[in-house]
Amino acid sequence: MTTVLLPRSLLALFPGVERRHEVGAGTVATVIDELEAAVPGIRDRLVQAGPRLRPHINVFVDGEPGDLDTPVETSSTVHVIPAVSGGA
Amino acid sequence: MTTRTMLLVGTPKGAFVLESDAERTDWSVQGPMCEGWPIHDIIVEPGSGALLAAGGSPWYGPAIFRSEDLGATWTHSSVGLTYGDDGEAIKTTWSLAAGPDGTIYAGVEPAGLFRSGDGGATWAHVTGLTDHPTRSGWQPGNGGLILHTIVPHPTDRDRVWVGISAVGVFETRDGGATWEPRNNGVRADFSPDPHPETGQCVHKFAAAAGQPETLYQQNHCGVYRSDDGGEHWDEITPGLPGQFGFPLVTDPRDPDTAWVIPLNGDDRGRYMPDASAAVWRTHDRGQSWVRSGDGLPQANAYLSVLREAMARDTLEPVGIAFGTGTGQLWHSADAGVSWNLVTADLPAIWSVESVVLDS
Repeated sequence: MTTVLLPRSLLALFPGVERRHEVGAGTVATVIDELEAAVPGIRDRLVQAGPRLRPHINVFVDGEPGDLDTPVETSSTVHVIPAVSGGA
Repeated sequence: MTTRTMLLVGTPKGAFVLESDAERTDWSVQGPMCEGWPIHDIIVEPGSGALLAAGGSPWYGPAIFRSEDLGATWTHSSVGLTYGDDGEAIKTTWSLAAGPDGTIYAGVEPAGLFRSGDGGATWAHVTGLTDHPTRSGWQPGNGGLILHTIVPHPTDRDRVWVGISAVGVFETRDGGATWEPRNNGVRADFSPDPHPETGQCVHKFAAAAGQPETLYQQNHCGVYRSDDGGEHWDEITPGLPGQFGFPLVTDPRDPDTAWVIPLNGDDRGRYMPDASAAVWRTHDRGQSWVRSGDGLPQANAYLSVLREAMARDTLEPVGIAFGTGTGQLWHSADAGVSWNLVTADLPAIWSVESVVLDS
């Protein structure tokens, strides 16, 4: 299974949801779709019109920056990390 | 019977709830709520008493928060809050209002209107406004292309007025299917044509109590009143120290009374004239204005107040509250005659709403 690690600021919006998730392989998009099935509403927090990742959401697949089309292997680890931006 | 009064405050660092009693003298402060998201507007849902907060995160996008326990816990949703995958991404939600049938309306950036029939759980785009033939010419104001004011008719569910910066006022009389600009008589001094059909920089407007065809408007270019539902506006700026300001509220019982906070001008720093803080009120539909600075700093007060950052309650005498761009929250328990500082230490205040609860 692919391991997904979610950021604290995202978990705060969904009380009770764990930081670590195990999902099927595919692409970043299918990973997010699978998360959405388990945590309704989470896709809207990560994906905007296009569809594409929100501008200040970074997704790393095995340490490399990815987008919605990036392949995800069964052995992959996906980090979702808010960008260091937003200021004040 | 016990009366609880609350001030719901939106800031770039979350929502705050301040509570007092009928005297409205001592206030407690709770917050920040909504996970510290920037919050532009907070309302109370009629009937349920739930709090609804509109905002948007720079990371996680737009959402409407809902609390059914006066702010202790919140949920959020943006289901349906989209122009579609082929449309523009919605940056944030700016304004909320409740219609007479319980419909909740939300205004967003870039400007558009959404409505919810289930208390904010799901949203539907009011396409008639976005499809207006003038849409391609809409230009943003300094705060962006935002739909910041929503005034539902108090009894006719098919009639709603909205305000968009810097586009102007629109009204629908058919439940949102079609919209008409309502800017006749309002100046646009910054435009080559000072009286265009759209392009007016409306800052805030509100309906008069018991007279839904009477609207008061604070514009970039003056203060106005309409007695025919916005089909024509008459300027009522004379008597004020300037034409520029953001907020405007109307009395809950007297259709002749409204309050504004003039600033010194759009290109002069946008603070209170002569750095002397004051709220101005009319009791005669804008024919004359009364200044009140009693209790407010009268020197070296470089204060600004944004469009949503003034509110009134429904008590007698009516309570008025306003928040500044530098985090001071002021309250008057005597209809704006004298003022007391509630707190000086909040983040920049974007919105204030007053609530009265009887139990």
